[in-house]
Amino acid sequence: MELAKIFIVALLVNNVVLMRFLALCSYIGMTNDIGQSVGMGFAVTFVTVLATAATWPIYHFLLVPLGLTFLKILVFILVIASLVQLVEFYLKKNVPGLYAAMGIYLPLITTNCAILAVTFENIDYGYSFIESIVYAVGVSLGYLLAMILLAGVRDRMKTSPVPKFLQGTPILFIASSLLGVAFMGFSGLIK
Amino acid sequence: MKSLWKTFKQGIIYENPLLMLMIGLCSALAVTSNVANGLGMGLAMTFVLLFSEIVISLFRKVIPNSVRIPIFIIIIAAFTTMVDLVMKAYFPDLSKSMGVFIPLIVVNCIIMGRVEAFASKQKVMPAIFDSLGMGLGYTWVMIAISAVRELLGNGSLAGIPLMPASYKPILFFILPPGGFLVFGLFISFNIWLKGKMDKTAKERA
Repeated sequence: MELAKIFIVALLVNNVVLMRFLALCSYIGMTNDIGQSVGMGFAVTFVTVLATAATWPIYHFLLVPLGLTFLKILVFILVIASLVQLVEFYLKKNVPGLYAAMGIYLPLITTNCAILAVTFENIDYGYSFIESIVYAVGVSLGYLLAMILLAGVRDRMKTSPVPKFLQGTPILFIASSLLGVAFMGFSGLIK
Repeated sequence: MKSLWKTFKQGIIYENPLLMLMIGLCSALAVTSNVANGLGMGLAMTFVLLFSEIVISLFRKVIPNSVRIPIFIIIIAAFTTMVDLVMKAYFPDLSKSMGVFIPLIVVNCIIMGRVEAFASKQKVMPAIFDSLGMGLGYTWVMIAISAVRELLGNGSLAGIPLMPASYKPILFFILPPGGFLVFGLFISFNIWLKGKMDKTAKERA
């Protein structure tokens, strides 16, 4: 039950993009078409879970016993960056099909702040390993959901009359604002 | 001296990181629900940007080109850690309300972008002016957005009540969707302003 609650809160109530403004760069930049945003969403999901699985043990079994917790920021960003590189090499060599589908998104992911934020929050909230993984899955699926929603809205926008002063980027923020209002409805879901 | 002043001016309007280049958006929307947070984030960001640019500009001839990105990340992460620890020690309330966004300065595209595009190629003095200009450009937008949101959403500025008692705060503006709305309108305004400025520049030429 506790795990389900963590998952729902991460996915809907505190949606990573619409409620917490993380990963906005890719949210605005990569939602031009639905295929691309789905690819990015799954790539982020994959790396977030992997990064959580790598950083949680490093923090609790390496940094805490050695009293080096102040190096958290430095260590986590390096772990994520090298992890992304490794995944890229591995996929390129062994799973070329998957690499073709999501390889181009991987270098962009290193600077995706949602991933780093998830790894920090797992520590700050004091989650256990299982809870951390569930939280990571919830957050990144929430990201995927927001990407698909905005990509769909943008698809419709191409054929609708947008007021002149909002054309281009401003309308994307207005649309996200409305999506955010809809998501606020979920806050009654969990007490 | 004149070129230094020009570098400084770039970041404030023409190449404003938030409104023109549209990078580093996450923190701009997340912490601007009140003026104190907006100002704190702006200063923290300027500090990290200033010192990262100085250090990288000083060592630009020593850093091998092929591994420059990881080295930049380590330098930025070091300064971010300093800011994080100082904030936790001296401004615990501010640090708590900004939460995870202070450590996230490390992946803020503004810093990486300026370091890669400017500091790694320039001498120290221009780098200092560039970082101050960009930092100021970031900070004034943060303060402007948070002032609008706090005034409408809470009826106060930096915690001081300003609106008459009969004013009912529109809670919408300090909630996340309000951030998106205000920011969208800010970009729209900046595009209009830039159009105007380009037009007068053309007429003059």
